[in-house]
Amino acid sequence: MSPQQSGFSETNLWDNLPGTKNGFSSTDPGGPAPDAGWEAPPSRKGFFTDTSICIGCKACEVACKTWNGVPEDGLDMLGSSYDNTGALGASTWRHVAFIEQRKPLGSQDTGVTITLPEPAPPPQVDLGMPAFGLPGAPGGGDERSEFRWLMSSDVCKHCTNAACLDVCPTGSLFRTEFGTVVVQEDICNGCGYCVPACPYGVIDRRIGEQGTKNVGIAQKCTLCYDRLGVDETPACAKACPTQSIQFGDVDELRERAAKRLETLHAGGLGEARLYGEDPNNGVGGTGAFFLLLDEPEVYGFPPDPIVTTADLPRMWKNAGMAAVGLLAAAVTVFAGRRP
Amino acid sequence: MGASFGRGGATGFLQDLQNADCIVIQGSNMAECHPVGFQWVMEAKARGARVIHVDPRFTRTSALADTHVPIRAGSDIVFLGAIINYIVSNEKYFHEYVLNYTNAANLVSKDFQDVDDLDGVFSGYDPQTGKYDTSSWAYDANDDEPAGDAGGQGDESEESASSRSAGHELGGHGAALEHTKVKRDETLQHPRCVFQVLKRHYARYTPELVQEVCGVTPEQLLDVCEAVTSNSGRERTTTWVYSVGWTHHTVGVQYIRGSAIIQLLLGNMGRPGGGILALRGHASIQGSTDIPTLYNLLPGYLPMPMVGTHDSLDEYVAQIASPDQKGFWTNARTYTVNLLKAWWGDAATAENDFAFDYLPKLSGDHGTYATVMSMLKDEIDGYFLLGQTPAVGSAHGRMQRLGLAHLKWLVVRDLNLIESATFWKDGPEIETGELRTEEIDTEVFFFPAAAHVEKDGTFTQTQRMLQWHHKAVEPPGDAQSELAFFYLLGQKLRQRLADSTDERDRPLLDLTWDYPVDEHGDPSAEAVLAEINGVHLTGEKAGVPLSTFNEMKPDGSTSGGCWIYAGVYADGVNQSARRKPGREQSWVAPEWGWAWPANRRILYNRAAADPDGKPWSERKAYVWWDSEQEKWTGHDVPDFELKKPPSYRPPEGAAGPAALRGDDPFIMQADGVGWLYAPTGLLDGPLPAHYEPQESPISNPMYSQQASPTREVFSRTDNYSNPSGDEPGAEVFPYVFTTYRLTEHHTAGGMSRWQPFLAELQPEFFCEVSPELARQRGLVNNGWATIITARTAVEARVLVTDRVVPLRAGGKEIHQIGLPYHWGIGGDAVVTGDSANDLLGVTLDPNVHIQESKVASCDIQPGRRPRGPALLDYVAAYRKRAGITLDTGNELRNLASGANGGSRSGGVKEGAS
Repeated sequence: MSPQQSGFSETNLWDNLPGTKNGFSSTDPGGPAPDAGWEAPPSRKGFFTDTSICIGCKACEVACKTWNGVPEDGLDMLGSSYDNTGALGASTWRHVAFIEQRKPLGSQDTGVTITLPEPAPPPQVDLGMPAFGLPGAPGGGDERSEFRWLMSSDVCKHCTNAACLDVCPTGSLFRTEFGTVVVQEDICNGCGYCVPACPYGVIDRRIGEQGTKNVGIAQKCTLCYDRLGVDETPACAKACPTQSIQFGDVDELRERAAKRLETLHAGGLGEARLYGEDPNNGVGGTGAFFLLLDEPEVYGFPPDPIVTTADLPRMWKNAGMAAVGLLAAAVTVFAGRRP
Repeated sequence: MGASFGRGGATGFLQDLQNADCIVIQGSNMAECHPVGFQWVMEAKARGARVIHVDPRFTRTSALADTHVPIRAGSDIVFLGAIINYIVSNEKYFHEYVLNYTNAANLVSKDFQDVDDLDGVFSGYDPQTGKYDTSSWAYDANDDEPAGDAGGQGDESEESASSRSAGHELGGHGAALEHTKVKRDETLQHPRCVFQVLKRHYARYTPELVQEVCGVTPEQLLDVCEAVTSNSGRERTTTWVYSVGWTHHTVGVQYIRGSAIIQLLLGNMGRPGGGILALRGHASIQGSTDIPTLYNLLPGYLPMPMVGTHDSLDEYVAQIASPDQKGFWTNARTYTVNLLKAWWGDAATAENDFAFDYLPKLSGDHGTYATVMSMLKDEIDGYFLLGQTPAVGSAHGRMQRLGLAHLKWLVVRDLNLIESATFWKDGPEIETGELRTEEIDTEVFFFPAAAHVEKDGTFTQTQRMLQWHHKAVEPPGDAQSELAFFYLLGQKLRQRLADSTDERDRPLLDLTWDYPVDEHGDPSAEAVLAEINGVHLTGEKAGVPLSTFNEMKPDGSTSGGCWIYAGVYADGVNQSARRKPGREQSWVAPEWGWAWPANRRILYNRAAADPDGKPWSERKAYVWWDSEQEKWTGHDVPDFELKKPPSYRPPEGAAGPAALRGDDPFIMQADGVGWLYAPTGLLDGPLPAHYEPQESPISNPMYSQQASPTREVFSRTDNYSNPSGDEPGAEVFPYVFTTYRLTEHHTAGGMSRWQPFLAELQPEFFCEVSPELARQRGLVNNGWATIITARTAVEARVLVTDRVVPLRAGGKEIHQIGLPYHWGIGGDAVVTGDSANDLLGVTLDPNVHIQESKVASCDIQPGRRPRGPALLDYVAAYRKRAGITLDTGNELRNLASGANGGSRSGGVKEGAS
């Protein structure tokens, strides 16, 4: 969706709110930080996560929790490949997804056709959901010749147009000088407005017993704001053994990602694609973007997310016009009553 | 590795993987268990290398490989043998390399008979003892046959070399030969030359056999064969990577030999992007064999002396190496004397054989499994557990825990209250009623241990590299380093014995035990490193650290605690603490840490040049002869005498290093070359031959001999085996299981199950099964399953996954079940669960006494296991149904006529206590 289509380039009331001036012109060479009022900020920082070389070791998850003091998030086995984390949340700021697919990459043709008992009956109702090949789902032995296991480390996207930040009433969420979006835990009042605002379902309020650190407070990845301040690499990227998680200047990472994509395409991985890096997408481009080997839905990403506050300007405008109209009407009414 | 090349270590280094044109990972889950090193596989792949993963399961390694070849667990020798057959039959070997750098041209004794002649055993097998007399495997000892050509240099002594060697002591070095005047046929045509013996031996290893035994299709086999051969030769190199997926078998040593033969035939040893990378299990496992925690080794791979046969230094040294053979092991006396001087200082003199008598002597097998059986017989009073938890981490956990309950005292030093420290109150046997807390007399002393960031010291990791770690913080509370603990323990023992006049106390009282301590009373780890490195004791250089083991003297004028580590403290500088960034030095990075021997990063690198000393190709240049400077040079420290020219030929009667020709690259070997065929040094055969695992659902299709005839079996009522192949009752245990690790946990979980951040990533014990097996047995994803063997039954959550595929082998559908072994039953960890190792019995490889834990048979049923005493009844009923007796699986020799004819049940027969 182009800025024109979504009306992002229109001048409106929203532009005058603090921290969002020209907020939707994501092609601003300085990134979002200058718009937030930072004078001469450093270059925008972000992650390029190349899932094609992720080995699913989860070192990023552990490094993140260790550095940031994020508590354990449940000891449940999920029965979902090697993923027992499930999703990003208040106590999970990095999440490695594991997707088992009957698609070629690693060939394991056994040449054996196994005789199978009758497969389980198909679901009664086709809900039209994309098929991921659930663990244990029925399938014939003849389909076993092709298989691949995708792994991908997910994280807060640090959107150019960040809805969480837009809706935060306390100013707890703010845009840093690095163009990232960070919660100030001592300001957050736990209202939770940011939670449904995030188009990726990243931010959440921490649930736990009284006394748990930051319980009730909205929490998410800070891109290790404290480490960036002393010129250190965020913990997850530092711990990644294969450089699947790359940290750096967003502009430079975009170039690197484009080159890597070319290489993979040349190598025959036609379905490889970048996700999130496009400054013209629904969130104005993300600070943390990905190279995926399949459609975003396969990894649990929304295919075409739009900043949930995108329509706010128009709504404000309409509301404003309505208010003006009402005011005019009221004035008229009262004026009319005056003899 | 020692038997093939002369040293027991990975031959290259991880960074060198980037130079490989093809990488075969087999018997290893490198991405999961060595994720940091795996980045170099990814680098190689990015540079265009082909990555092949051969493994029963599709793992995180397979996910990043170009090709995954699913294989039946326990069948790797057939797969490797077929590659050898392909190389030899299609003349894909590197002829010049094979001829000059291997023993291909050497003639083998006329008395040698292969397994195909004797229905599954080599010549020299004694069915009564289950052991080989290896004398018939020797090189040709007669001179009545025409020698092949001028290469024939005479005869070998008639006396067999085998009597000198004991395989279990050869983990670290080449076996001894009397001398090396071996008859050769440079044309490789003589029917008894090693090359022809090898060719005949592997002729049966066909694609059809691979399909039959491994469940791998001919197309997949051919694909791998073509990949490795087209990526080997002058211009290209292939690396083989293995780890405990290969070693944990009754024929594990022979798996490794299989890859050694391939890599020698293809000319990949000693060259960049080549070699065999033996990945070690965890942080300092290489270090714990270099300076061993093994009962049968002394530092630097010197064998532990035996009672009766090694009563003097002379007798001992004579067994390590004949003075007439080639290579550096002829300096064994020097290395031994330096060790004795390091330990006993001034008390070690030439007059008293340098205190050789002070060394403890072996009286038999004191490996971990023999020890636990001794515990059960109440022969052992006390036990130290240091960073080890046999209750969860060793095969047959039940036997381990019952053994611990027989001790009088047990010292556990660990980071956490591991299951081996709490078995007496919350172990599985308490639940079944086999043990009652109030009846266990074992007194358990728990000492909290300092973690690696809380103490100074070195790690010697997978590539033989020592890296120093500095203490970052003081250990919390009472936690102590190993060094401090043992230093204080030694001091206390010496104080107690200070007035003793008993001769037996002299070794303890005469020990050099005087390390400087810091303000916390901790001894200096650097002082220990300096002692290990060694020092000049007398003369002008007295007090100067040794810079290489070549400076060691056999006369007591030098001392050094581990000869292969000499140089790590050269110039009085802790070389292992060097951390010059890679970008500031060459890609070999010789100034990062320090690697033994002599900071060499690729071993046998003389072989990177041709016999004339020139690189085989510019692309693969590594070490070469510089004829202008008249010395060896290159990117690495040459693994060769620096000034010995390629044209050097030893004079008549030379021995030791002087007997090595200028083109003998395997300088630790008794004959200076790589061994395609091991004429001595191994207890289970000179060439790898396929045997089925101790427990297998199929019969060995190659001969009547089912499993390795030299495996160590223990016929005990607490160690029953499942029936195999066509034996009655085998159908009760129709499935194969294999045990392994996950990235998220560390071995038996002592370092990870107590960490919430790690525990939550893999919270429960699970089994991995194919959708086909799930349907066959009614298993539901994320539900429960019970896995049963003759030993016990355990319960696990179910992961149904396409990553496990059924195979067809031995005319059957083979379903394999994956079981990670990280969990244990106890009360202290964040997450607990049944232990996969409880399912295993104890059956060992004869060379190194390693258990077969990577393959066994089982049954699987949906639902949870019975609790309490009902569990014992449940397993007993299985045994009854399968007709299991003490003899089941314990026949060492199987003959064609009648299943039991002429056989012997091996091992020690005794009931469990």
